[in-house]
Amino acid sequence: MDIKAYIILSLTLFTIGVIGVLVRRNAIIIFMCVELMLNAVNLLLVAFSKMHAMSAAAKALPTFASDAQIFVFFIMVVAAAEVSVGLAIIVMMYRNIHSVDINFLNRLKN
Amino acid sequence: MGITTIAFILLSLMAIGSAIMMISSKSPVHSVLWLIVVFFAISGHYILLNAQFLAIVNIIVYAGAIMVLFLFVVMLMNLNAETEPIKNYRLRLIGILSGGSLLLVLIAAMMKIDVAQPVLMSTGDSGLIKVLGHALFTNYVLPFEISSVLFLSAMIGAVIIGKKE
Repeated sequence: MDIKAYIILSLTLFTIGVIGVLVRRNAIIIFMCVELMLNAVNLLLVAFSKMHAMSAAAKALPTFASDAQIFVFFIMVVAAAEVSVGLAIIVMMYRNIHSVDINFLNRLKN
Repeated sequence: MGITTIAFILLSLMAIGSAIMMISSKSPVHSVLWLIVVFFAISGHYILLNAQFLAIVNIIVYAGAIMVLFLFVVMLMNLNAETEPIKNYRLRLIGILSGGSLLLVLIAAMMKIDVAQPVLMSTGDSGLIKVLGHALFTNYVLPFEISSVLFLSAMIGAVIIGKKE
């Protein structure tokens, strides 16, 4: 499989995430779109690691090809920590203004 | 066209279609469920690339833990009804146009490069648990331990933020 197919797939998923962040007004759905963007990048990292698995640098270094997958693992770890804090912030926001619509989040505006 | 290509195309269509359904569905619960479908499609891609550990971790962490947390928060807030009262079609159109032009620019830039190496499908042992675990506990043992501190601080932060005054 060509790497360009994976690049196009990841770009499409990433752009759908960007459009979701721009279009939707619900804070939870915006947060989910950020997760989608993270996953698009993860998929591209794994595809690149499998592309370089047969290169000359990979033969010299035994863990060359699995480094990118370790990075993906750490991205997942950070995403899990981020989700717990972010959802706590959204719950607190709902408790204060009784909505998750980001149009009402204009207290820092003036 | 081999079976790998067919599986790749099917999984890609499943991922992109579910992602579009996620950002276009009215109810947040449906959005969460469509995002779980996207994560399963991405896990299928990982299996296709023979990254078995990441496929399992993706299902367990994302589809299992994170999305259940999202679903829990959505159910807690009772957001099942239509909760987007302000309909601004002009802003929506501008958002879709700018996102589409971003995709266009990125793909146009991508077409300039030439890569001769193909991606290794369903072979290679770089994604197996044995190799990854060895790399994780020898070269990457310090980031692994630091991530535990990150989890602890995230847990304390979530408790402090979510606490009632």
